[in-house]
Amino acid sequence: MSVLATHNLTKHFGDQVVVDSLNLTVDRGDLYGFLGPNGAGKSTTIRMALGLVFPTTGTVEVCDVPVFSPGRSDGPLKLVGAVVEDPAFWDYLSGRRNLELFARAAGPLDDSARRLAQVDEVLKMVDLEGAGRKHVKAYSHGMRQRLGIARALLGAPELLVLDEPTNGLDPQGMREVRHLLRRLADDGVTVFVSSHLLTEVEAMCDKVGVLSSGRLVAEGAPGSLRKASGSVVYEVDDGEAALGVLRSLEGVGVEDDATLGASTGAPARIRVRLEEGVTSAQVNGALVGQGVQVGAVIPERERLEDAFLSLTEEPDEHEWVPHAE
Amino acid sequence: MFRVEMAKAARRWRTWVLAAGFVAIPTLIVVALVLTSEPPEPGEGPPFLRLVEINGVFASLVGLSVIQPFFLPLATGLLAGDAIAGESSAGTLRYLLVRPVGRVRLLGFKYVSVVTQVVAAVVIVALTGLAVGGLAYGIGPLPTLSGTTLAVGPALLRVAGAGLYIALGMAGLVAIGLLFSTLTDSGPGATAATVGIYIVMEVLDALPALRIIHPYLLSHHAMAFADLFRSPIALDGIARGVVVDAGYILVFFALTAMLFSRKDVTS
Repeated sequence: MSVLATHNLTKHFGDQVVVDSLNLTVDRGDLYGFLGPNGAGKSTTIRMALGLVFPTTGTVEVCDVPVFSPGRSDGPLKLVGAVVEDPAFWDYLSGRRNLELFARAAGPLDDSARRLAQVDEVLKMVDLEGAGRKHVKAYSHGMRQRLGIARALLGAPELLVLDEPTNGLDPQGMREVRHLLRRLADDGVTVFVSSHLLTEVEAMCDKVGVLSSGRLVAEGAPGSLRKASGSVVYEVDDGEAALGVLRSLEGVGVEDDATLGASTGAPARIRVRLEEGVTSAQVNGALVGQGVQVGAVIPERERLEDAFLSLTEEPDEHEWVPHAE
Repeated sequence: MFRVEMAKAARRWRTWVLAAGFVAIPTLIVVALVLTSEPPEPGEGPPFLRLVEINGVFASLVGLSVIQPFFLPLATGLLAGDAIAGESSAGTLRYLLVRPVGRVRLLGFKYVSVVTQVVAAVVIVALTGLAVGGLAYGIGPLPTLSGTTLAVGPALLRVAGAGLYIALGMAGLVAIGLLFSTLTDSGPGATAATVGIYIVMEVLDALPALRIIHPYLLSHHAMAFADLFRSPIALDGIARGVVVDAGYILVFFALTAMLFSRKDVTS
């Protein structure tokens, strides 16, 4: 069952197309990373999912209920907790007071009471029990971010939508947020998190969608994105023999410039590009099967950034950067 | 949501500065009267001023007459202009809407909470006037503009009526301010526009050539509350005022609700 789904979701601001026929499905229990460079349309998509911005065409559903349905008062948003861009608060009130007022602001009274009872619990979840009495004005960026997540957790939402929740955090803060989201996802909350940082999404998400210029250009497990244009370096004992094996393999590209010391009987490092469906283990098996000893298999980390850039970069808008393809 | 708004107002400096200002106005008037030996000439100063020395109750009415043309519209513009635009510029508007607080419901509660604060301002001025005026000159039966006298009880009732009528006029201005407040992310901008509109209406109201539009101006009927202090009460002006106020409230609230319900919230 999908918790968040968009169907041909499109948004124009004036004659600018910000989101273009977007079809997304986030399943229950997913920790979904919504990846894209700044300006790709992530925030607009999130605002449409939260009923803040009206789609030009297309629909968006939360737990199979349309977010925009005229005449309906019990929309699905009460199942959603959200941090949309900066976590904003009433700065002249304490963190705890903010949560209490937001808990009271919406919905029938019994729901308010239920949410009020959760204030302590959510403050504890984000490690702000002690700081709850301080004015939000005096909070550090990281504390505001955590208080924002605490507010989103009020009402025990089924879906948590977070727009760049680690923006502006130091590495320690980023890791705390990642751990918190992972823990929530493990507890069964569906988490939809946007980011422009590939490594961050890689580190925590089960599934990734890549948005570029308002279009979904790739979707899948984080590993699958990497493999599509990822390279692997093999350290072998016999460069020449290894090259012979690798060239004979289907779906393996051997890059001319990336072979070092490839002569018979000498150790070498060979960089190959694996096409979709080919795993580095398969290639490893083939090498070993032909008597080549493999000392190390090193997936090239920096190539992840290339994968991201090649998916999202618009050639006509940026200086063309040649990829070794 | 109403309690949320009240709780927020109670914790803001702004609220208490405004309240202190509204306590100060009738107090200053009475203190000035006590300190000067010469009574004001007829027709000098705000309405009812000359009568305060006869009866402290009139200090309430002087206070209301003084705040009505400027201070009250200013405070009203401040509160109404900031109602949505303030949340919008702070970024809290989107968090209220995703809670979710329905958009029209949010407008409704914002409207009611601003009107409540305006009523509180009027009550503060009336009560302070009564207290300070009473202390200085005593409270007694009230001479009416028609030359008869009113017992203290009915007189206070009519003061309350006057305050309510003035607040109703401001409720029309709150509806205008709420509209501006949804059109911009700048609270001060919406406030300036709201106060500006009221001043423009007062200026137009002062131009005899525009007599034909006068009955439709929000400010035109504001001083009709003085009719409550005739005997018998002259209801004509007040009734027309109530109809115009209600018209402004309905038209502007409906327009605001319509536009805000369809607005992309990008703040």
